[in-house]
Amino acid sequence: MAEYTTHDYDVVIIGAGGSGLRAAIEAKERGLRVAVVCKSLLGKAHTVMAEGGMAASMGHVWPEDNWQVHFRDTMRGGKMLNNWRMAQIHAMEAPDRVYELERWGALFDRTQDGRINQRDFGGHRYARLAHVGDRTGLELIRTLQQKVVSMDTDVFMECKILKLLPDSEGRISGAVGYMRPTGEMVVFTAKAFILATGSIGKSWTYTSNSWESVGDGHAMAIWAGADVIDMECVQFHPTGMVWPLSVRGILVTEGVRGDGGVLRNSDGKRFMFDYIADMFKAETAKTEEEADRWYDDHINNGRTPDLLPRDEVARAINSEVKAGRGTPHGGVYLDIASRRTPEYIRRRLPSMYHQFMELAGVDITSTPMEVGPTCHYMMGGVRVDPETQAATVPGLFAIGEVSGGMHGANRLGGNSLSDLIVFGRRAGIGAADFAEARTGTPTVDAGEIEAAINAAFAPFGREGGGNPYDVQHELQATMQALVGIIRTGSELEEALVKLEEFKERTSTLTVKGGLAYNPGWNLATDLPSMVTTSIAVAQGALNRKESRGGHTREDFPGPDPEMGKVNFVQRQTAAHGYMAPITIQPEPLPEMPPELRALLEEAH
Amino acid sequence: MSDNVTMRIWRGDPEGGEFTDYVLPNVEGEVVLDVIHRIQATDAPDLACRWNCKAGKCGSCSAEINGKPRLMCMTRMDTLPEGAAVTVAPMKTFPIIRDLVTDVSFNYEVAKTVPAFKPGPEPEGGFRMQQIDVERSQEFRKCIECFMCQDVCHVIRDHEENKPKYAGPRFFIRFAELEMHPLDVNDRRELAREGAGLGMCNITKCCTEVCPEHIKITDNAIIPMKERVVDAHYDPVAWLGRKILKRTKKTAQEAAAG
Repeated sequence: MAEYTTHDYDVVIIGAGGSGLRAAIEAKERGLRVAVVCKSLLGKAHTVMAEGGMAASMGHVWPEDNWQVHFRDTMRGGKMLNNWRMAQIHAMEAPDRVYELERWGALFDRTQDGRINQRDFGGHRYARLAHVGDRTGLELIRTLQQKVVSMDTDVFMECKILKLLPDSEGRISGAVGYMRPTGEMVVFTAKAFILATGSIGKSWTYTSNSWESVGDGHAMAIWAGADVIDMECVQFHPTGMVWPLSVRGILVTEGVRGDGGVLRNSDGKRFMFDYIADMFKAETAKTEEEADRWYDDHINNGRTPDLLPRDEVARAINSEVKAGRGTPHGGVYLDIASRRTPEYIRRRLPSMYHQFMELAGVDITSTPMEVGPTCHYMMGGVRVDPETQAATVPGLFAIGEVSGGMHGANRLGGNSLSDLIVFGRRAGIGAADFAEARTGTPTVDAGEIEAAINAAFAPFGREGGGNPYDVQHELQATMQALVGIIRTGSELEEALVKLEEFKERTSTLTVKGGLAYNPGWNLATDLPSMVTTSIAVAQGALNRKESRGGHTREDFPGPDPEMGKVNFVQRQTAAHGYMAPITIQPEPLPEMPPELRALLEEAH
Repeated sequence: MSDNVTMRIWRGDPEGGEFTDYVLPNVEGEVVLDVIHRIQATDAPDLACRWNCKAGKCGSCSAEINGKPRLMCMTRMDTLPEGAAVTVAPMKTFPIIRDLVTDVSFNYEVAKTVPAFKPGPEPEGGFRMQQIDVERSQEFRKCIECFMCQDVCHVIRDHEENKPKYAGPRFFIRFAELEMHPLDVNDRRELAREGAGLGMCNITKCCTEVCPEHIKITDNAIIPMKERVVDAHYDPVAWLGRKILKRTKKTAQEAAAG
């Protein structure tokens, strides 16, 4: 018999980034027994990496701003694939969530008249991002972390969850995992579980994501029978570092462009003027002079094309490099040095200054940065009810990058942090309501617990299996080469064949060492999540025979209006679990009410 | 640039351990954490170390590199003496879990004792604050909780017995941050003096020197807090005032109670 400790709660939240912590606050305020379980130490989640800000139409800088414009920008940025109701809720509730952070101690940068300042970002009509220099994510996570701690919430740090378990009626009732410092197995039973585990981006070679972002939540939801949507929609952020090689992929905030930085090719040309899609022509500057006037006068000038949505900019950079107009290290130049004073740059972008100085030996106040696309954000994820974030399996909720729909085919910068607090709160309410209404004690099958534990321990006793690090590197190389920023049908088919082989290879790994804080073993238990989410991305990409947002097909270069009317929904139907196949089919998008549709058709 | 680099890494557990040498090819532009990752991927898959963002923003990968507390992700190999072995050891102030990973739960326990932020009544139309007023606390909110200031602080580095009565530099800046926050109405000065042991700090500035965020911990947080505590506690006029007048701020004990 496997040994494990059991903890019982009303609501268990897996993941302690911005959304998980916001959900915990809400559920805790209801007086429920709440636990937060996270794979790293508290306060280290990927949210700390968010730099630029959180989008909310408070109208402090441009009084013309309102939720309707924010909604419109979000839908257009997402290439209309968004769940309209999520985009509406997000735009309507974001300002209240930002003010609420201030009541909990967050200290945002201020306007002249003492209100929360707002900065320009790609795809947003007005300066809309509440921010703290270029460390807004840290401010968000610290504020929520301190609030959670002050509420005496139970936090299980450095705990990896392996699998969700249902009760006999199919309600999610348990989760099995282990404590990383000791290797001791744990089981959580609860009336409701919230998945807040973040992204899947570690499956690519060049990524801004940390080791944690392996898609645990996406994968566990799929294995539990939940629907996932839009898995082909992965965002490659246009500006990651490209040199030195060891830091390739580390993010360079869009705030550099929001604060006046521009993209140039090796000829010194501001090439983004050549890449303005019809959809954005009306609101984008036609000349450099107009673009430069826009920073001070948004009403009478079009926005600089450097701030087109991320998918547009990433593709443009890719094309420039391919055409031989890239930098020596295969990127393009991001130049703020020639456009703003050193004092301004250091004040507005302190961590970018620091990051380039320390890691690349480049002084961004005098020298342009070299940048290129890096895997950054997962738009697709668990199909949820927009009001409550409930998944299609009872007892399960999903938020942040684990949920799909909010951002459609492409997320606008700044909409992620606001997504976390808007839907984190709603999931907290949804899960608390569900837990209060649920009758009986959550029970799970002891045999399933035993099987999950045995599977996790298996690599220790096995002789001659693969090294988890080798398998991870090969998986990343496969996804980078075959399911990257530009995709084609034949390569996606090749990827899917290889990914099936990875299923076998990850089931025969060998791990050395003991149970206590063993990164090799920890990686072995992360690999199934990486393979499952990679398969779902490749399947989605193969089926979406068009280019839309973050999903670009070389063999179908334009958008297809018919494809724009559907989500690709994936789920495990007959059998569940890591080895079971995932089916995929198109399903129509929810119908948008005419009054919202009318907002999208307005010129500005 | 020499062809190879020797990494001398502390391996062990709470029972004990020793430095182990790993010799690897030198790769241009790498930081210490990159080399650790290459060792994990080849020679020692079970080499324990914490890391997350790899960009100096999360404060997970603190270690003592050539005897000095630093973030492994922000320490370029080419800034270390060429030709000599690079030693990497866990932070000394905290109990060992394994290899480079220490048990930093002390810090999370102290965090629970800091009375939460509490704003005064919100005026119609929301709070207004000037940038210059928020910048004082913003400096302290840059803290990434790498705990290297705690590691290097000699009040607890070599004196386990001081830990129960000493919060350490990371929490002195937390007290200062809240004390200087334009909206906060809790008064934590007495708690900082009594419970957190602010008086035990004798301002050697070791914490300031190691802070990767360049927070002026001693000058901007600890010394002003010491002055405020002195004002609150030892000033006879203030003492009399506390006795006679209605207080506008809560005491630390009341604050701690909720």
